[in-house]
Amino acid sequence: MLEAPVIIATSLLYLGTLFAVAWWGDKRADQGRSIIANPTIYALSMAVYCTTWTFYGSVGRAAVSGIGFLPVYLGPTLVMALGWIVLLKMIRIVKANRITSIADFISSRYGKSHGLGGLVTIIAVIGIIPYIALQLKAVSSTVSLLLSYPEIVMPHRSATMSVGADISFYIALILAAFTIVFGTRHLDATERHEGMVAAIALESGVKLVAFLAVGIFVTYGIYDGFGDIFDHAAADPDLQRLMTAIPSGKGYTSWFSLVVLSGLAVLFLPRQFQVAVVENVNEAHLKRAAWLFPLYLLLINIFVLPIALGGLLHFSGQGVDADTFVLTLPMSQRQEGLVLLVFIGGLSAATGMVIVETIALSTMVCNDLVMPLLLRHNRSAIEDAKDLSGLLLGIRRGAIVVILLLGYLYFRLAGEAYALVAIGLISFSAVAQFAPALIGGMYWRGGTRGGALAGLSAGFVVWGYTLLLPSFAKSGWLPGDFLAQGFFGIELLRPQQLFGLTGMDEISHCLFWSFLANIGAYVGVSLLRPPMVAEATQATLFVDALSETGQGGAVLWRGRAQVSDLQELVGRFLGPARAQSAFAAFARRRGSQGGGDEVTPEADAKLVQFAESLLAGAIGSASARVMVASVAKEEPLSIEEVMHILDEASQLRTYSRELERKSRELTAATLELQAANERLQELDRVKDDIMSSVTHELRTPLTSIRAFSELLRDDPKMHLADRERFLGLIVSETERLTRLINQTLDLAKIESGRADWNGCELDLKEVIEQSIAAISQLVREKEAHVEVDLPDNLPLILADRDRLIQVMLNLLSNAVKFLKPGSGRIRVTLSLHADGLQVSVVDNGPGIRPADQQLIFEKFRQVGDTMTAKPSGTGLGLPISRRIVEHFGGRLWVESVEGEGATFSFSLPFAHAQQQAVA
Amino acid sequence: MHRRILAGDRLIAAFLAGCALFNYPLLSLFDRPDEVFGIPLVYAYIFAAWAVVIGLMAWAVERRFK
Repeated sequence: MLEAPVIIATSLLYLGTLFAVAWWGDKRADQGRSIIANPTIYALSMAVYCTTWTFYGSVGRAAVSGIGFLPVYLGPTLVMALGWIVLLKMIRIVKANRITSIADFISSRYGKSHGLGGLVTIIAVIGIIPYIALQLKAVSSTVSLLLSYPEIVMPHRSATMSVGADISFYIALILAAFTIVFGTRHLDATERHEGMVAAIALESGVKLVAFLAVGIFVTYGIYDGFGDIFDHAAADPDLQRLMTAIPSGKGYTSWFSLVVLSGLAVLFLPRQFQVAVVENVNEAHLKRAAWLFPLYLLLINIFVLPIALGGLLHFSGQGVDADTFVLTLPMSQRQEGLVLLVFIGGLSAATGMVIVETIALSTMVCNDLVMPLLLRHNRSAIEDAKDLSGLLLGIRRGAIVVILLLGYLYFRLAGEAYALVAIGLISFSAVAQFAPALIGGMYWRGGTRGGALAGLSAGFVVWGYTLLLPSFAKSGWLPGDFLAQGFFGIELLRPQQLFGLTGMDEISHCLFWSFLANIGAYVGVSLLRPPMVAEATQATLFVDALSETGQGGAVLWRGRAQVSDLQELVGRFLGPARAQSAFAAFARRRGSQGGGDEVTPEADAKLVQFAESLLAGAIGSASARVMVASVAKEEPLSIEEVMHILDEASQLRTYSRELERKSRELTAATLELQAANERLQELDRVKDDIMSSVTHELRTPLTSIRAFSELLRDDPKMHLADRERFLGLIVSETERLTRLINQTLDLAKIESGRADWNGCELDLKEVIEQSIAAISQLVREKEAHVEVDLPDNLPLILADRDRLIQVMLNLLSNAVKFLKPGSGRIRVTLSLHADGLQVSVVDNGPGIRPADQQLIFEKFRQVGDTMTAKPSGTGLGLPISRRIVEHFGGRLWVESVEGEGATFSFSLPFAHAQQQAVA
Repeated sequence: MHRRILAGDRLIAAFLAGCALFNYPLLSLFDRPDEVFGIPLVYAYIFAAWAVVIGLMAWAVERRFK
């Protein structure tokens, strides 16, 4: 099953899948629907930290030094605890200044220096190329191991093998092509690659699953759990050494150095800076990644020691390299599927590292090495060219190919030599040299360009002398006596016992001397002279990145420039179309802020800074500075002016925030006031309405009382019959007046919520019968006929008995009032509904016009022809009844066809439903 | 604002705890040829301490303040 075509097809299929994921990620990013805007994806992408050095190499290290493989993962865990502080600041700085690489970061901090950017790039490339070589070696070894399956033959490369026949050469080429397609499809002003991040996250998942699978297989498949492996190993004195002690002697110093070194590497390796800082979508993702990424590291390390011990036991004396145990153990058990999974896991670890690392390095090489050289030596060509975006992409693609070929070359030269085995830590030590300049630059204003240059150079030289050259000597590329006798035979200069320092392992030794030189030179030279304007400016922007000052907004430029010149300049690097849309978007943004929307040929400082930041994304901040200066007449700012501007900007920010807060409070208060005012006006209007209605209604009976009284007074000779009739009218009008006043008071009480309600459970049938009895006199006078339909044993309802009787009397007396004498019929029904009882009072009176059916429920509205029929009610009965029914959760309504009578109905909910509603 | 400061302080505390737990001299206390549940003591100790530090970090950043 594991023949060459299968392996090649599987690899290509896997790479194709990755590419599809990356393509999809880019497409979604273009649509603004990012698939990597997720803390888990972010944490997984950080796991690009785990290369083949982890995937295959950890077991190899564990087979030699026991738990000595662990500190390399403990350091990152500790640093991630500080990630919320350090990484957050780095992310803020990178976003505010459009920084695209670690070289750009350092260059930008120390006054946008070309020299520093170049130096950082050179250190990174020299430090990382062997690390890339290690990945190529891992892939090519595993491929040749697989090709010899089912035999387990350690790959032995013959130095005479031609490049054309060397499989790793093709691997390097495929990876280069892959990286070019991933990383340089188009020029992005922020150098973000969402698709690549998505693919890297997927790879991290695959390598974790593969490693856990092989770990579980070895621990529980070949052996019988952890205890079993450790028991077997304990029987062997050689192996017992691996499980019981940290390698004696230099153990704890070495352990501590590795913790520190790996902690720095996880921040400053170009690939880590790329995924953790440059590709960060949202700084809030840092929070979850702070513990998810360490958890990933823990998981991928759980089975390392069991696999190492298992392999040592299993292949005892067979000469199988411990670096290959992850693959050879499943091979020896004929687990072909697992073997293929492990191979893909290793391929993930290798390709992930190579892709991200070469993209990051190619950006650095292009922006901080090639562009500055072009600007210096070929300025006219750059300034004459119309569109340089193709050139930029070309440089980056070229850099990717060159870096991978250099990696291949190193691998060819080094072969199985020592230099490759130890390279992980040698690379870590190289990038650790960035720490003083970078961390110092973020927290200390006093660091200068000169200090950073001196520190980096000194650290780099010491690193090369104490770690890189000895590794060459151990590989046989340099005479071995160089190690034993020192440079020129001077014993004090022995590279691994520099100045006679002994008792440390080589990594701690290098770390001590290189940091001493690095930090000493950085601080010492920085203190020689005060920072220049550009340095002080950038220092403030970086150090204060988390406070008001560093958050942009300050305009630190003075001079004259033309908009057209700037746009043309940006267009040369980003392409004219993208430049135009970027400038237009900027103008729109400012227009919408009211920042002056008239188009002027003269660019203001804000626009110049915008153009420079656009360029900085594409060609690095130092080159961007040079290019902008080339099209603008600039007047230098003094340091006092810069500090003044920064202060002002920060104060302005504080003021504006304060102002915003105040205005928000003001708006809220105004709204409250408005609402209160509206309520007041409403109440006032209601009061006026009632007053005018009441006075009007009171005037009518008063007027008639007064008129009859005057008649009686003025005509003493009036007939007794007339006199009695008038007195009767006066009495009835007075009664009406009393009723009116009582009902007005009643309604006012109900409406204001001050009415007394005596709710109790009662039988509606009984209430209705009582009401009908009370009104029987009136009915008899009208010679009307009342029918009832009142079923027994209906559920009780919760209401106030007297109030309900009031409602019933009102409805009944209304019905009686409008009946024709002699032929009137009233029908009262009580019926059961799903959620309550319904009472209807049906009459065969004149009915109510549709237009009036709502009016009758309004206060003081009596319908009917008021010219012919004198109103006999108060106009308050129905409104009060409706409010009473509504108070108990029911409703009151009327149905009527004019000329055929009217039906007044009300419904009331059952007692239990009502109690629930109240509760 | 206070939440953020508190979470930040907790993370720094986790960092310091990790520094102490992962290094000499605490580490040397467990560097003995003993076993817990069949697992070498120092190996078990490191993974346990590691898990505790990760747990502390998760607690610091994920906890909802009430």
